[in-house]
Amino acid sequence: MAEEKEFRIPIGPQHPALKEPVSFSLALRGEKIMGVDVRLGYNHRGIEKACEERTYLQDVYLVERICGICSHSHSTCFVQAVEEIAGLEVPKRALYIRTLVAELERIHSHLLWLGVAGHEIGFDTLLMFTWRDREVVMDILAMLTGNRVNYGINTIGGVRRDIRAEDIKEILKAMDILEERTKYYIEVATQETTVIQRLSGVGIISKEDAIKLGAVGPTARASGVARDIRRDDPYAAYAEMDFNVITDDHNDVYGRAVVRLKELLESYKIIRQSVGNLPEGPIAVRAPRKIPAGEAVSRYEAPRGEDMHYVKANGTDRPERVKVRAPTLANVQAVRHMLRDRYLADMPIVVAAIDPCFSCTDRLVSIRDMDKGRTDVIEWQDLRDYSIEWYKKRGVDFSRMGKIK
Amino acid sequence: MINTLVSMLIFPGFLFLSVLALAAEYADRKIYARLQNRVGPPYFQPLADLIKLVAKAEVIPEDANPQMFKLAPLFALTAAVTSIFYIPLWRTGALYSFTGDAIVVLYLLTIPTLCFFIGGWYSSSLFARIGSVRAVTALFSYEVPLFIGVLSSAMLADTWSLSGMTIFYEDHPWFWLFNLIGFGVALTALLGKLEKGPFDIPEAETEIVAGGFTEYSGRFLAILRMTIDIEMVVGASLLAAVFLPFGLTFNPVIGFIIYICKVLFVVACISLMRTVMARLRIDQMIEFCWKYLVPLGILQLLINMLLKGVIF
Amino acid sequence: MVFGRTKLGKMAVEVLKTFFQKPNTILYPAEKIEMPDKFRGKLVFYPERCIGCQLCVKDCPSNAIRIKKQEGGKFEAEVDLDKCIYCAQCVDSCPKKALEATKDVELAQLTHDKLKVILNAGPEEKPQK
Repeated sequence: MAEEKEFRIPIGPQHPALKEPVSFSLALRGEKIMGVDVRLGYNHRGIEKACEERTYLQDVYLVERICGICSHSHSTCFVQAVEEIAGLEVPKRALYIRTLVAELERIHSHLLWLGVAGHEIGFDTLLMFTWRDREVVMDILAMLTGNRVNYGINTIGGVRRDIRAEDIKEILKAMDILEERTKYYIEVATQETTVIQRLSGVGIISKEDAIKLGAVGPTARASGVARDIRRDDPYAAYAEMDFNVITDDHNDVYGRAVVRLKELLESYKIIRQSVGNLPEGPIAVRAPRKIPAGEAVSRYEAPRGEDMHYVKANGTDRPERVKVRAPTLANVQAVRHMLRDRYLADMPIVVAAIDPCFSCTDRLVSIRDMDKGRTDVIEWQDLRDYSIEWYKKRGVDFSRMGKIK
Repeated sequence: MINTLVSMLIFPGFLFLSVLALAAEYADRKIYARLQNRVGPPYFQPLADLIKLVAKAEVIPEDANPQMFKLAPLFALTAAVTSIFYIPLWRTGALYSFTGDAIVVLYLLTIPTLCFFIGGWYSSSLFARIGSVRAVTALFSYEVPLFIGVLSSAMLADTWSLSGMTIFYEDHPWFWLFNLIGFGVALTALLGKLEKGPFDIPEAETEIVAGGFTEYSGRFLAILRMTIDIEMVVGASLLAAVFLPFGLTFNPVIGFIIYICKVLFVVACISLMRTVMARLRIDQMIEFCWKYLVPLGILQLLINMLLKGVIF
Repeated sequence: MVFGRTKLGKMAVEVLKTFFQKPNTILYPAEKIEMPDKFRGKLVFYPERCIGCQLCVKDCPSNAIRIKKQEGGKFEAEVDLDKCIYCAQCVDSCPKKALEATKDVELAQLTHDKLKVILNAGPEEKPQK
């Protein structure tokens, strides 16, 4: 039998399977994938540098536009970091409104993901139906915040727009409609033969590998890693909400779909609670223009996983440094692992299953030692030890968390 | 002579077939859209697409073999159009018939798939090569069920000629009801031939751009799309003639209307199946066809054999 | 059709029901939908309330608005509609409520210069010469 030669096929930067530019260079032998080379950076816009040249208030809008689907995530994460540095006490009503918009954004993002996953496996009907139902959420968000994406609801010290009683009625009606539709989609995803055939057994990553490769969000939760920032490190009003963290033990794309669908049901629960228990009061406190010197790290459970913002202030009205670590950067390491020994036909759905948002991801940092003129790369373990030491000096002891579970 | 030319080129030949193909494409896309709660294209959309493609410039890749690249679509179109002459449309006899023309029609319908393979292979583009190889691999899975389905109906009629089959079924009304399992098998196999529905892996848009058609543009792409549409009409006519052979003895106008209704029915079934199923991988498609379709086809063959023994 | 525990064509019933419903498409521009109340579209400016404090200019994330003093002591606002991100931060920053967001979203033009407008509260907006 003749030796089959390997040939490289470029998926990206421009490809119908990808929603955003990224370069996967696949080495194929027939239909089997032998190796994957990932190259990021096509969406780098210099946002972190641009943040340093604008005031905090302008940065709220800039940071929101890092990504269209997770815009509220970035905006809230940034604002939480700035409020922590400035020592502002955000009123309860504002926290509840932030939670409400956050969960509405999660619904819209997961419904979008379901449609995109359907499109990647050739099931356009699912795309049309889920995106039709997503319009219900977009209309609610437009009614609440004034825009369908890039809501602009956050300001430093609280939120900018209040909710009226008739808005609450609309929200509850929409939740009923969406809950019924979501239950139907759960049935379709778990019972339709062709969908199960395409999603099961694809993109497998075990629990240990998920932890080792740093997967976050539904990608990790589908492998049984029960990590959710809303429960582990509550922000906004999540400490007062009653919800479950959904995990699954299928370890594959099917598990990720099930986790996202069930998270939709949890989101409806949270929204009903936040709208039902909305406290009275002001929606914002007055924030100073010049933020005192300090630094803070803020974490947020975006629809795609853990989003992290680091802000360093130096007493002026502009930040000194803003660093954004988006969830997709943590998940993209796992894609190479997932694609080994799979078929070419699985590539689109495996990449789509981590819910990639490369607009969020493309930020590069390299440590340059100016004296020695060298560029260093710091190892994961060293970074972790360094951060534990840093917090110990400030009175917070993380070493009691022990080894990563 | 003039009569022959008119029937070959105009009615029911090339021109009529083209118009019917465009109408069938419109019906397919409109039904697909309405099933998904969308509006769908207007009635002139397939014609507009054709005119737009013909008006665009062709780009031939540098590494491609120009002769094969340009000839493949033409051969595909010719084979698809030729097969209509042997299929009875609205009378019990086709334009031309001879013993064994059922097999010839099925072979003529295989030629477009081979031409897609040749066109994609000689495009020398990576995506086109993968797509064309997939097209031939899929050929190995759906050809056998299609053949078994059509030939089981032929076996009941005791003739290998399509015109002969229609005469048999007109003489024995309601006998076509015995072939319904074969109809299901052949319809699913037809989805594979048309590269639609769960079997559109050779031109999977999200994986390999457009499969074998990736490098085609301009007039050649117009010819290829016309070929696919004509294949759909020819396949639907074949299925209508073999499995739904009723209403063929009325006067021509009513017979024509019945024929159009039958073609529309088959196209609607194709659209419905395309809407409710996701795309299967190539290995899953081969497994499905050989594990489920072929046994069902053999079941139909056995039923027809028993019937022949009992009735005749 | 059932294959083991799964169903083939599970969506068939729903899809056939949808076939007989009206399509979920709004045929723009023949039909138009109305934006909700809080929608942030094009700005409108009330020159009689403006005191020229330039807070809106300072807070604009994209430097889209400029307040210029006219003869007679009044102020005029010049907005670059293609730079504006329609965030309405200027509306919130203004201490005298001289700016408001409207529901006007049909702002497309064929050339850039038509998108620099001088805002007044009335309909006499004129593109910059």
